[in-house]
Amino acid sequence: MAIKRGRGVAAINYPTGMNLGGDPSQALVHSTPTGNFMVSLSSVDLGQGLRQVMSQICAETIGVPTEMVHIDTADTDTGPHCMGTFASRGTHRIGNAVRQAAEEARQVMLEVAAEELEVNASDLETDGTGNIQVKGAPQKSISIFDTALAAHFRRGRSISGRGMFLVQRSYPDTETGAMKPATCYAHACVVADVEVDDETGEVTVLSVKNVYEVGRALNPAMVEQQLVGGSWMGISHALYETTEPYYPDRSHGGTDFIHYLMPGPGDLAETETIVIERPAADGPYGAKGVGEMCANPQIPAVANAIFDAVGVRIDTMPITPERVLRALKAERGAVQSGAA
Amino acid sequence: MARIPVQFTLNGQEKAEFIESGATLLNVLRDRMGDTSPKGGCQQGTCGACSVIIDGELRLSCLTLAETCEGATIETAGGLANGSELHPIQQAIVDGFATQCGFCAPGMVMAIKVLLDAKPAPSREDVVEAISGNVCRCTGYEPIIQAVLSVSRSNSQQAV
Repeated sequence: MAIKRGRGVAAINYPTGMNLGGDPSQALVHSTPTGNFMVSLSSVDLGQGLRQVMSQICAETIGVPTEMVHIDTADTDTGPHCMGTFASRGTHRIGNAVRQAAEEARQVMLEVAAEELEVNASDLETDGTGNIQVKGAPQKSISIFDTALAAHFRRGRSISGRGMFLVQRSYPDTETGAMKPATCYAHACVVADVEVDDETGEVTVLSVKNVYEVGRALNPAMVEQQLVGGSWMGISHALYETTEPYYPDRSHGGTDFIHYLMPGPGDLAETETIVIERPAADGPYGAKGVGEMCANPQIPAVANAIFDAVGVRIDTMPITPERVLRALKAERGAVQSGAA
Repeated sequence: MARIPVQFTLNGQEKAEFIESGATLLNVLRDRMGDTSPKGGCQQGTCGACSVIIDGELRLSCLTLAETCEGATIETAGGLANGSELHPIQQAIVDGFATQCGFCAPGMVMAIKVLLDAKPAPSREDVVEAISGNVCRCTGYEPIIQAVLSVSRSNSQQAV
């Protein structure tokens, strides 16, 4: 009986969004009379930071500071259609819609500014701080505030734009079954080091080293936050969490956090996280979805590390001490009967 | 059922209310006093989202009867900020990206406050122990631990 160490590796290829029936999101952008921009969405920010990232995408596209963009989310009665915040789709799908809407609004804004400055709209650029100027002649400029006032009160224009992103549903080829289930994949690779006590069945994750390929990290601090938390959650899925009761009757199931286990702050594995940026061709500014895939690769990596440590393959989650012990017992029985 | 009077100090303000006997402090704070900072997560004392400070001690408001708080001094996350100026613990959590969905944060900051009030420069083990009763689903805890240690570092710099 001993504590044995093992190392496991896993790599994943994770689709952004889903398209089994199409996967649309729409966005509307309009300016207020003071030249701030409203983005109307039906999408929900559950805390992942959707509002922040959509502000950045809209601001970058129109050419204004993010403080000039307001995100109005989650009124599905009145907002433009969105399939929702799930399937790692928010940044990619909704971001593409916001970018398209913001491009259209920017074009109207530049047309109004061109009329005010008596120049051609194609000769104009934004300075990123709230002004529009003639390329190569920045002294000839107009603020976006004044442009919006002119649009609203003199020119009768609505500085607004419509955005739509739809991945068409892909049907399997009737001969081969081939289909294109997604247009954009994020990737990750994890190396997990574990200790397994072959007397108690207890597994301790010593460290996880994660590498994630995320397209482009539009907000690097928030991407890191998602990945660090997700890595913890992956370990939690691998070793701890289940709603299933031990006995085959639901009444034996857990009803609280005493039974629904998760690693606490004292159970943390040493965690390293590296982000690789490889911009996606169809992502807004190259972004892919990193919502869910951050918590996936740790599970096979931990299972592989357990196999490396004690030679048993466990294919049921979570990998509890009991499952490890039962697998070890079965393995020993097989070895002994094989020897006899 | 006859209502009973209860008086206590909530975040420095005198509060008086007639409550139903058996009402939890959590429900009285949220529904009767408009302080929705303590969250009802599990409602059975296992998640820590409802944590408040009663007479200097960390307590679970979902398991505390409001009528037992007569004359007590109660602090909640809702009273930490000074106007628009965040409490140093709150600021550290913002700066360290140590909250995501935010549901655990009001309980978490109260657990941290009790720790730092007693021990301005805690060890990592102290921090782990202090927040071990607060469940967080998003962050993986490490950013929270680092945020607390950053407050403790600035505390010790001020002390020098």
